[in-house]
Amino acid sequence: MNDQGVATILETSQPATAAKGPVKLAVHNLSISYGGTPALVGVDLEIHENEIFGIIGPANSGKTSFLKALNRMDMFNPAMQVAGDILFNGTNIRQWRNVYALRRRIGVVFPLPVGLPMTVYDNVALAPRLSGVNRKADLDDIVERCLRRAALWDEVKDRLDSLGSLLSGGQQQRLTIARALSQDPELLMLDEFSIAVDPVTTMRIEDVLKELRTEMTIILVTNLTQQARRLADRTAFFLTGSCVEIGDTEALFTGNVQDTRTADYIAGRFG
Amino acid sequence: MADTTRTVAEPIPTAAPAAFDRRDADWYLDKAVQVLVFIGGISAIIFIIGIFVFVTREGFGFLLEGFSFGEFFGSPRWKPTSEYNTTYGILALVAGTASVTGLAMIVAIPFSLGAAIYIAEFATGKTREILKVLVELLAAIPSVVWGFIGLTIMNPLIIELFDVPVGLNVLNAGVILGLMAAPIMTSIAEDALKAVPDRYREAAEAMGATRWQVIYRVVLPAAKNGLLGAVLLGVGRGFGETMAVLMASGHAVNLPDSIFDSVRALTATIAAELGETAVGSEHYQALFTIGIFLFIITFLINLTADLIVRGIRKG
Amino acid sequence: MLFLIMTALLILPVLIILATLIYKGGPAISWEFLFDDPREGMTAGGIFPALVGTIWLVAVALLVSVPLGVAAALYLSEFAPDNWFTRFINLCIINLAGVPSIVHALFGVGAFVLFFGFGTSILAASLTLAIMTLPIVIVATRESLQAVPLAFREACWNMGATRWQTIHRVVLPNAVSGILTGVILEVSRTTGETAPIMFTGAAFFLPFLPTSVFDQTMAMSLHLFVISTQVPGVPDHLPYGVALVLIAMVLTMNAASIGLRMYLRGKKKW
Repeated sequence: MNDQGVATILETSQPATAAKGPVKLAVHNLSISYGGTPALVGVDLEIHENEIFGIIGPANSGKTSFLKALNRMDMFNPAMQVAGDILFNGTNIRQWRNVYALRRRIGVVFPLPVGLPMTVYDNVALAPRLSGVNRKADLDDIVERCLRRAALWDEVKDRLDSLGSLLSGGQQQRLTIARALSQDPELLMLDEFSIAVDPVTTMRIEDVLKELRTEMTIILVTNLTQQARRLADRTAFFLTGSCVEIGDTEALFTGNVQDTRTADYIAGRFG
Repeated sequence: MADTTRTVAEPIPTAAPAAFDRRDADWYLDKAVQVLVFIGGISAIIFIIGIFVFVTREGFGFLLEGFSFGEFFGSPRWKPTSEYNTTYGILALVAGTASVTGLAMIVAIPFSLGAAIYIAEFATGKTREILKVLVELLAAIPSVVWGFIGLTIMNPLIIELFDVPVGLNVLNAGVILGLMAAPIMTSIAEDALKAVPDRYREAAEAMGATRWQVIYRVVLPAAKNGLLGAVLLGVGRGFGETMAVLMASGHAVNLPDSIFDSVRALTATIAAELGETAVGSEHYQALFTIGIFLFIITFLINLTADLIVRGIRKG
Repeated sequence: MLFLIMTALLILPVLIILATLIYKGGPAISWEFLFDDPREGMTAGGIFPALVGTIWLVAVALLVSVPLGVAAALYLSEFAPDNWFTRFINLCIINLAGVPSIVHALFGVGAFVLFFGFGTSILAASLTLAIMTLPIVIVATRESLQAVPLAFREACWNMGATRWQTIHRVVLPNAVSGILTGVILEVSRTTGETAPIMFTGAAFFLPFLPTSVFDQTMAMSLHLFVISTQVPGVPDHLPYGVALVLIAMVLTMNAASIGLRMYLRGKKKW
């Protein structure tokens, strides 16, 4: 994954759009519907390795459905129908025989924090254990590293054996992020992660995401347009089930848009 | 700009699924579990079919030969062991079951409905919890203990109170069965009342209705399907009850004239006689035929009750 | 208040009955009564073989019904699609609970005693009991599985857990105490059943302890029926004593189940 080419891109640090890594994820003509009601229609986009890809748009624009299609969560919802191609590392994920292996490579954080009703330690160690990591030392390592990255370590290091589901909302959200990182995902998807987190913590997590870019590809769905501006290399604007525009983040935010709706949304005139 | 927003023109080659997506041990374990729990899931179907098949299988000989529809359902004479003229008429047994179940419902409906209304509409907090627990414990008393109570407590009580020679009769079994069916009816009726949205009550109260008017005019009509389902399940329970009826009803083949007559129920007949018949004999097969009849009737009662109760849950 | 009186009238008889059983059966209870064989044609002695027989019957029934019931509940709660077939399964479960106990007995005779050739034995009786009480385990298990929020499952799936891993690591650990409540309830119900075991494995009088599942056995519930209706000359205190022990077993377990449920309700983990 982390070959030389990628490393050199990162040394140039800003902006990553100038030199793009190989395509990590390609989406062709993706349409999603729930029991016949379309939620997303005809999306085409490409996401490159080690970039932060922002997705902005008002509620009900299909952002969350998009993420769910990417890790094939439609499997658990019979009403959700997905059409089109999603290529992850060049392979069509609909042809993957083992979708669980796919999901192990993709970390997800959804807006509502979910601390599982087990200890903080077990929360973070769950995914490694599922994929066969059982040595205590290894697990200790992973737990500490992930909790540190999620900016939660200092708060919970003395009570790793308390219930994850009884932490505060903000702590649970960071626990969710720690869990998503616990399998060293190639792709990290965050869906409005800051809803349940206070602004200070949000900034800390944002810093973490900037660091993580060296190791993984990140899709950041956010309702805070300024968050996309702070973090994303490129940003897509979703509106009522279609992808209106994809552009270099800085360009979009400086008014360099192709569709006036994008400019209107970014300027806060609706949404 | 054109660079970053380009739509994907050149097709991206779809590589063959790589080694990393191979099905691992966890994948196969998951599939195995799915198969196992599916077997568990369909076991209920298998058992229901099994009950029908095996009970029919044992009663089949009688259905083919000795069975006469008119005699079976039309004759009050259940004389399986008669020397000259064996008759298998279940009319008196049906009458026994029906009279006992009917009386049980007369006892159980007002009390369980009253209790359900009290628990759902009036009782609060601790009282409510305690009453619900008591009703649940009431439902837990085994039927053989109820039969014993009918035999030892109700029997002398009825003889004394009504000055009749025998206290094992429709009245005894009916009251016992009523007490047995009441808890399940109470809890289902209470569910039905609880399912009526509070805004109905608030709207009626806002118009100045008294508490009783609210219940009578609004809550009961809104919950009527659930209450009907509760009654039907009570009927099903009464219909199928065996030991208590066997012990408390007097067990005499009889078309009852009054509630002080002894009767015999369908279920009790099987329980009392099966042990004395030879496997495969006509009598034995006739008892299984009664079993088929019971199975079909209770199936229909439960089906109807389920459709009614399900109906309110959806609507 | 009219409704309060009706509620009281519903519960009052039970209290009277319990009081009578304790008053008349209490004096019969002793160590000898519990741990002695019935003697002199069941007109004297104790109930030990019946007590042990009931434990055998219940234990073997549980061995069958708990795994099967939990599997069925797992299927219905975690896997089953919402379609006609699932509705049909649910209908069958309701009917399994609604079929008269004596019809279950006939099934037990036709299937286990005769067709599968187990004879009248603990095995045949316990299988009959297991099928009869299966709906209790299924319903209780399904309810406690569904009380585990969907969000927990989704969080697990998102990490790449298979359905089974999710069930095993997250769903079952949080449902197990609810399942236990249902199992205790089933034990209570199984203990009191009489009709299903009458012709499948329980014997009127057999003053030996069973040594395998292919033996017949005495049972508390049938023993109560037998000495109160079939045997002449039984002194009054004996059947009262049996009834008291039986109802004490059943109500204790029921109360335990209710108590456990209330304790769990007060101790939420999320």
